[in-house]
Amino acid sequence: MRNTRNSWMRGARAVAAVACVAVVTACGGGDIGEQTQANQEDADAAGGECGELNMAVNPWVGYEASAYVVGTVAQEQLGCTVNYKDLKEDVSWQGFGTGEVDVVIEDWGHPDLEKKFVAEKGGDGSATDFGENGNVGIIGWYVPGWLAEEHPDILEYENLNDYASEFATSESGGQGQFLGSDPSYVQFDEAIIDNLGLDFKVVFSGGEAATITAFTQAEENKEFLIGYFWEPQYVHAEVPMEQVALPPYEEGCQDDPAKVACAYPDTPLKKFVSTEWSESDSTAVDLVRNFNWSNDDQNQVAAYITSDKMSPEDAAAKWIEENPDKVEAWLP
Amino acid sequence: MSTLLEPAPAPQPEAKEPPPAPPEPRSLPRWAWALIVLGVWIVVWSFTKGQDTLALGAREHTDLHNTFTEFRDTVLASRDTNPFIQFTYQLGEWFKVAVEWLQRMISIPDFPRPVPQIGWLGVTAVATWVGLAVAGWRIALLVAASFASFGLFGYWSDSMDLLIVTFVAVTVAIVIGMPLAVMLGTSGRVGNSIINTILDIFQTMPTFVYLLPIVLFFGIGASAAVVCTLIYALPPLIRIAGHGIRSVSTTTIEATDSAGQTSWQRLRKVQLPMARKTIVVGVNQTIMAALSMATIAAYVDGPGLGQPVLSALFKNDVGGAFVPGMLIVVMAVMLDRTTTAASEASEKAARGGIDLKRRRIVLAALAVPVVVALWMSRYFTWAAEFPENDLGARIADAVNRFTAWFVDVFGGATEWFKNLISELLLNPMQELLAESPWYVSATGILAFAAVFGGLRALLPTVICIAGIWFFDLWHDAMITLNMTLVGTVLVMVLALIFGVLMARSKSVDLVVRPLLDAGQTIPPFVYLIPMLALFGPTRFTAIVAGVIYAAPVAIKLVADGVSGVSSTTVEASRSTGATTWQEITKVQLPMARGSLVLAANQGLLYMLSMAVIGGMVGAGALGYDVVLGFSRSEEWGKGACAGITIVLIGIMIDRIARAAAVKESVTHDPTKRPWWRSAMG
Repeated sequence: MRNTRNSWMRGARAVAAVACVAVVTACGGGDIGEQTQANQEDADAAGGECGELNMAVNPWVGYEASAYVVGTVAQEQLGCTVNYKDLKEDVSWQGFGTGEVDVVIEDWGHPDLEKKFVAEKGGDGSATDFGENGNVGIIGWYVPGWLAEEHPDILEYENLNDYASEFATSESGGQGQFLGSDPSYVQFDEAIIDNLGLDFKVVFSGGEAATITAFTQAEENKEFLIGYFWEPQYVHAEVPMEQVALPPYEEGCQDDPAKVACAYPDTPLKKFVSTEWSESDSTAVDLVRNFNWSNDDQNQVAAYITSDKMSPEDAAAKWIEENPDKVEAWLP
Repeated sequence: MSTLLEPAPAPQPEAKEPPPAPPEPRSLPRWAWALIVLGVWIVVWSFTKGQDTLALGAREHTDLHNTFTEFRDTVLASRDTNPFIQFTYQLGEWFKVAVEWLQRMISIPDFPRPVPQIGWLGVTAVATWVGLAVAGWRIALLVAASFASFGLFGYWSDSMDLLIVTFVAVTVAIVIGMPLAVMLGTSGRVGNSIINTILDIFQTMPTFVYLLPIVLFFGIGASAAVVCTLIYALPPLIRIAGHGIRSVSTTTIEATDSAGQTSWQRLRKVQLPMARKTIVVGVNQTIMAALSMATIAAYVDGPGLGQPVLSALFKNDVGGAFVPGMLIVVMAVMLDRTTTAASEASEKAARGGIDLKRRRIVLAALAVPVVVALWMSRYFTWAAEFPENDLGARIADAVNRFTAWFVDVFGGATEWFKNLISELLLNPMQELLAESPWYVSATGILAFAAVFGGLRALLPTVICIAGIWFFDLWHDAMITLNMTLVGTVLVMVLALIFGVLMARSKSVDLVVRPLLDAGQTIPPFVYLIPMLALFGPTRFTAIVAGVIYAAPVAIKLVADGVSGVSSTTVEASRSTGATTWQEITKVQLPMARGSLVLAANQGLLYMLSMAVIGGMVGAGALGYDVVLGFSRSEEWGKGACAGITIVLIGIMIDRIARAAAVKESVTHDPTKRPWWRSAMG
């Protein structure tokens, strides 16, 4: 029995091999072979000045826009091999020390992580602060556009209590509902509500997708909604939202989390990189150090990705093509 | 059609429990006792509500939670010197090397080649041939169609990645799991119940709790994906294979023992071969569990179809998540049917039902085109890279339009339903559970445990309640427990309606069953956004998501239970002139009571396993705590405690339900329906 099968198999293999050789020689091998050779030559010519660039991609579109623009420039103009890694913030920072992550391109402020990983803050020194990236994070209390239009007085926090009952939902136990957001974000809303004497209860949406869906639905169905939101965020292009004025931010007014009664400060977003990588001679180090763009720039790329449904690579390439002078300024 | 996609009775009573004690004689039926307990509870609540509820703010944590966080920080700080971490990191490197090598083979360009070593045509041909070899023509067609769909919808590379990670994780699971299964299958009662409890913990612990530590010990990407898949997928194999080995009839063993065999011979020649069928079921369930980890693994850059699902989620692109989500379902169905059919075919072959010689000739002859396809896929671009098309994008668009239309049309109608359930069920029950002083709730739960499960349930309940109290998240635990209970009520309503319909009509069964399979395997992230649009970020959204996931199991269990009622009994009742309604309510359902209890038990555990997903859609409580712990490193301790609390609630529910079920006979063969629980969280 065994022998029969083996001889069959042998026969089959021989036939297959002959058939393949015939097919391949007849058609000249297609263009895979040529491209392999071209790739090899390119790689030899590039000489590996950049090497690999491990770019963390945190899960929001604005971040994705920044990451892919820097990544695309690194790949196309410096010849780097860019690895994008889809990770949450905490995991990205852990990756600095192990060489798995080189760059976090947009950081919204993580004092606890800095304390663990940045040498100047008392950490193990695996992360290095690479300065601001030009984007400014604006955090605040937002209402859907229709509400601001119909009840303009709602944009002052003093008047919120007049509408508290309108904001009540099945979750808020009789009080007005204030929609908190993803746990990753800096939020003091419970304290602010308490300290301003507002009749609201914070209900956490638990994620960005949930928050965005809530605002989209509220605008569409003209429902009352107030919640934590932020800019830059692509959805501002699709859903009008207005910010509610809180007592203005003053230096130190958010130091004691329990006593916060003021607005969120504007947060300049920063770049953090792996220390080991920043000391390497990769040409991409200077690119990341120089990278700087505005909220409008980022929103533009984010809109390509979300509204025009382009892949992040294509969206980045399009913006790079349209803004050669800005890109030029980042190059080493 | 196989029904194996279906999870099954949690830990089997007969596997580790002594024979049931005869039910104590009671003067009152159980439901009456339950009502009395409830009445007393309400009275006590009305005087004491709001006191000692142990509520903790969203960002508050206790010393205990801080201790956990500090422990983690210490481990993290020692990562460069800790020999254990060095060892696990090396292990992770090996996983990574294996996955990346396979990726270069079939999914990503192997530099300097612009394409992988083997293109889609070759991979599809080989897979189809393997399908034919192990399971026959129909499976070969299914495999070919599945692989073609991966390419057609534009996710070839991600699909291959998921297949690779699943393959590596399941291989390692078998290497580690089989010896443990033998241990479980041959150990005494004490060893058995220890292993079983450990497996329970592994299966109910939300993945988000151990995702960060895994990254710390094994690194980011493929290695983390393999390890978290492994941890989640291992228990079903150990549990089911162990059960199979244990169930080999003692007469057979005694008969062969009398021939003077060693225990190694007994294992190799008798126990393993005789348990083979059950072991295959275990492998099958392990594969299913592995696939259900796809989206979670994507949180730590695990390669596979989970990545497009997740990235579509954060763009609120329902259609973009739907297409890769459905491909995960396709892959699950393909692997499920293939492993099942393979085990049946090999059985048939072993019994001599197949002409082996002819089969070999056919296979050898068909190997020729397969090898040709392999070579072509190495040399021609069209055979190496799946030709691009916009089918996937068009389906995604259609799904987006449908979702928008659906939300538009039903948006208003869903609001009152949400409010009805919230006001009639959710809020009153939450008042009672969470707003009573903790000692009142604890006593109430214990009393219910005693009523339903008797003394057998009381001891585990006491331990679990004490644990929940110890981990400082009592109030959140009660809210999560409440949502789980309300969800289970909805699950059971659906299970009774559809289960009876399916049992009574073959054609309903035929239509509904594939939908149930899809409901169980599709990643919840796919349908979260439409749910959010309909119900807003609320506890109710979390419950609906849980019901979609939990109802299929319960429906299948009820359907099987009801159709298992002997037809003679039904005939007999018919001859007495019973109406259809009477036949269902007086004969079929009471006779299938054991299955109903089992369905409720599974429904509860599945609902609970969705707690973490609930935390992402506004349900708060333990689910939110777990997500918080995963998102902010300084809260990891609180997240870990929330995870442990979820485990304790799960074990408590399971033990009570099992003790209650001991009194009812279950109308199926438990080996057929192993237990694997949610992927989520």
